[in-house]
Amino acid sequence: MRLLEFLKLSRRPPSAETAKQRLQVIIAHERTAGPAYDFLPLLQRELLEVIRKYVEVDPNKVKVDIDKGESISVLEVNIELPPGLPRSQLV
Amino acid sequence: MAKVIVVTSGKGGVGKTTSAAAIGTGLALQGKKTVVIDFDVGLRNLDLVMGCERRVVFDFINVINDGIRLHQALIKDKRVENLYILPTSQTRDKDALHREGVEKALEELRQDFDYIICDSPAGIEKGAQMALYFADEAIVVTNPEVSSVRDSDRIIGILNSKSRRAELGQEPIRQHLLLTRYDVERVQKGEMLKLEDVLEILAIPLLGVIPQDEAVLQASNIGMPVVLDERSTAGQAYMDAVRRLMGEQLELRFVAPPKRGFMQWLLRRSA
Repeated sequence: MRLLEFLKLSRRPPSAETAKQRLQVIIAHERTAGPAYDFLPLLQRELLEVIRKYVEVDPNKVKVDIDKGESISVLEVNIELPPGLPRSQLV
Repeated sequence: MAKVIVVTSGKGGVGKTTSAAAIGTGLALQGKKTVVIDFDVGLRNLDLVMGCERRVVFDFINVINDGIRLHQALIKDKRVENLYILPTSQTRDKDALHREGVEKALEELRQDFDYIICDSPAGIEKGAQMALYFADEAIVVTNPEVSSVRDSDRIIGILNSKSRRAELGQEPIRQHLLLTRYDVERVQKGEMLKLEDVLEILAIPLLGVIPQDEAVLQASNIGMPVVLDERSTAGQAYMDAVRRLMGEQLELRFVAPPKRGFMQWLLRRSA
């Protein structure tokens, strides 16, 4: 029986351990920074306003990604500039 | 034309989110462009079950209330082509959902998707009613257990009276029964309601029977819709349900006890 259980365990990664890790990461975020992420829509709007002072950007070409990690989180904002923009306009 | 399908149950904990994730993923695997929307505002969980919880930036509520574009809130699944998740807010409550906003978002999604799966919150209050209001079809998730069957009957009543189709006098929402956590052995022992009993009481067409299967918990532990576990009985049963939803006629599987081999028979006798 022991052997059987051993074989079974080695075949499958322990999913409960994965579950615990996933929960720890996401719950830590929600307890501390959780509601703080509500600033993101406003941040995006203000960022766009600033950028628009210099170049016109299509709001559909703005991509915001986040990766919430255990120790650090990465916020990635990708703004596609219009093609053929003269060098002088890029400041 | 896109179809809006609500996954609902009345009772909590019967497998709505698991089913919404599995069926949405199954439809995408069949080549249909599909989005699964979490309507459980304040108790977001679809993202966890589908394994994209770390990637949520904007959500459905931001789209409705904060001028965020849909394409920014949609999360593209990393495993399955054609599959998108629209998470809900974890910090606001159901009052952040209003009909005009939901309608506008759904109309926009209809342009782009084949299937829009709405994962309803439990209960029969505002949140659940919002999730079902614009539906064309409904999957009523039910466990073979008295309180679940009774609550399903309540939600069927609401589908028939409080949806947009009902209010406008249109063709009613097409309803499907999805019986989950079905334990054939307990049914055989007479300890659990039979499929036939539940069908007789609720009297709506059957979409599928999902057997009780440990793979369901394993899948949610790792954030993977259970249909991606192709060897699991639950995954196969969900995939059958998906194909029936798309119009195929398929025999029911996993509703009769598995035939025991000689060795199992011997082991049981000696045990």
